[in-house]
Amino acid sequence: MTEVQLNSLYQQLILEHYRKPKNRGKLEPYTEAVRMRNPTCGDDITLQIRVEDDRIVDARFYGEGCSISQASASMMTELLKGTTLEEALALSDRFTAMMHGDEEAAKDRSLRDLRALQGVSKFPVRIKCALLGFDALQEGVKKVRGEE
Amino acid sequence: MTKSVAAAPTLDVETIRKDFPVLHQRVNGHPLVYLDNAATSQKPVQVLEAISAYYRGDNANVHRGIHELSRRATEGYEGARKRMARFLGVQDPAEIVWTRGTTEGINLVASSWGGANLKEGDEILLSVMEHHSNLVPWQIVAERTGARIRYLEIDEEGRLELDALDTLLTDRTRMVSLTQMSNALGTINPIGRIAERVHAAGALLMVDGAQGAAHGEVDLPALGADFYACSGHKMCGPTGIGLLWARRELLEAMPPYQGGGEMIRFVERDHSTFADIPHKFEAGTPNIAGAIGMAAAADYLEGVGPDRILAHEQALVRYAMERLAEIPEVRVYGPKDPSERAGVLSFTMGDAHPHDISTILDTEGVAVRAGHHCAQLVMKRYEVAATARASFYLYNTRDEVDRLIDGLATVQSIFG
Repeated sequence: MTEVQLNSLYQQLILEHYRKPKNRGKLEPYTEAVRMRNPTCGDDITLQIRVEDDRIVDARFYGEGCSISQASASMMTELLKGTTLEEALALSDRFTAMMHGDEEAAKDRSLRDLRALQGVSKFPVRIKCALLGFDALQEGVKKVRGEE
Repeated sequence: MTKSVAAAPTLDVETIRKDFPVLHQRVNGHPLVYLDNAATSQKPVQVLEAISAYYRGDNANVHRGIHELSRRATEGYEGARKRMARFLGVQDPAEIVWTRGTTEGINLVASSWGGANLKEGDEILLSVMEHHSNLVPWQIVAERTGARIRYLEIDEEGRLELDALDTLLTDRTRMVSLTQMSNALGTINPIGRIAERVHAAGALLMVDGAQGAAHGEVDLPALGADFYACSGHKMCGPTGIGLLWARRELLEAMPPYQGGGEMIRFVERDHSTFADIPHKFEAGTPNIAGAIGMAAAADYLEGVGPDRILAHEQALVRYAMERLAEIPEVRVYGPKDPSERAGVLSFTMGDAHPHDISTILDTEGVAVRAGHHCAQLVMKRYEVAATARASFYLYNTRDEVDRLIDGLATVQSIFG
């Protein structure tokens, strides 16, 4: 790890989302709520989504954790509003691909602020932090569809 | 920097460092500063060579062969038991049971002693300072037997609230199990004073020595414990080996923990007779090389002087606490007086999450732990999700403390 990689990990945009997260708090009413915790580090995120006609009309999250997990959840919820469940899963796949080093995915403008998290892919032990909110999203979509 | 420490470390740290090959490497472009010793310690060449020599020259199964290698392996394995007995001040080596580590030692006592002796309404007294390995085995046996678990609380400085001990010790208390030294806070507990009160109440005392055995002199007969468990890997030995000590009469009265080879005398179709202690508790082929490695670690530590190791760690902690006090955002957990603690420093820093602290320090080659340190009850007590933890050992230096502080300046520049 170098200083360059460290600076790319802790970009200003990430720290802004960490300090002033978007869509933080409780959603009422909601369709599904999923709590995801990483027992090894204590990261803890509950994602709530409200779904109407297969479309996520609102999303919020609460919990606590490191800057990466919190910023990722904040950025994710910004993008979720108005997407279909299908689009949400596609977003999750794109982001996951970026985390695993897919350069093409990292160029995808539809990831918006989430692209700032590309640097996390160089820190293997932190990738799970960035994916925690998306794990909750995938679980939530399954629940809405009655697959759980 | 504030005024420096009074007592200079009496260890020849530069010579000691030469014995630890792993320390001499660069991590992320910087010389490694290993400050995760409470998780596991590094191993000196003397230990590595003892393990290697066993496998290269003597490897065989123990206790059951007539041939020469088996004799040597048995001698090495049983010799290691005698060595560990001497290290802990124990007269009778048969009171030393080899385990996989502290966790297995506590599970053995909870399952075997607890299963045979606990009944509904009995009480087990633990503290919120305990590592999960000294909580969960008791929860399992409590569930099984109907016994109830009670807790000693800790104060703001991470010390046991012993004023409550007399109230918590009742005629229903059968077992008290406490750590000798907190892995999360560094607190050294006054086991001797506690033991007197536990015994006066008619209960037994188990001591988790995972940290304690590694960082200071342990004289088991004087400590006052009835059961004591420790691990090789925390004290310069290999992983996967540890020991349980208890007085002969306690071990003899306990049923076996696991069944299998090594632990039997005669096996019939529907029952078996068991071997004498300690073999009654050592089913299956044991970790022979691990036992030999742990004994080599005891040789090494005794050569250095366990009391001097603790003094060295306390000097480093005192210095680190002084330096950390220069950073206003830092909050240190555990006793304020370094003489009440071992070389463990848990801290948080402003709104920088411990994971972020650890990642940033790692980019500068400084290895610290971040998380709950298997002590979630401690985290709950101080209402934090996690802390960063720097833990020192005999090979750490003041320069390395400075490297930690430099790394925290980087954290500050990013999160400040």
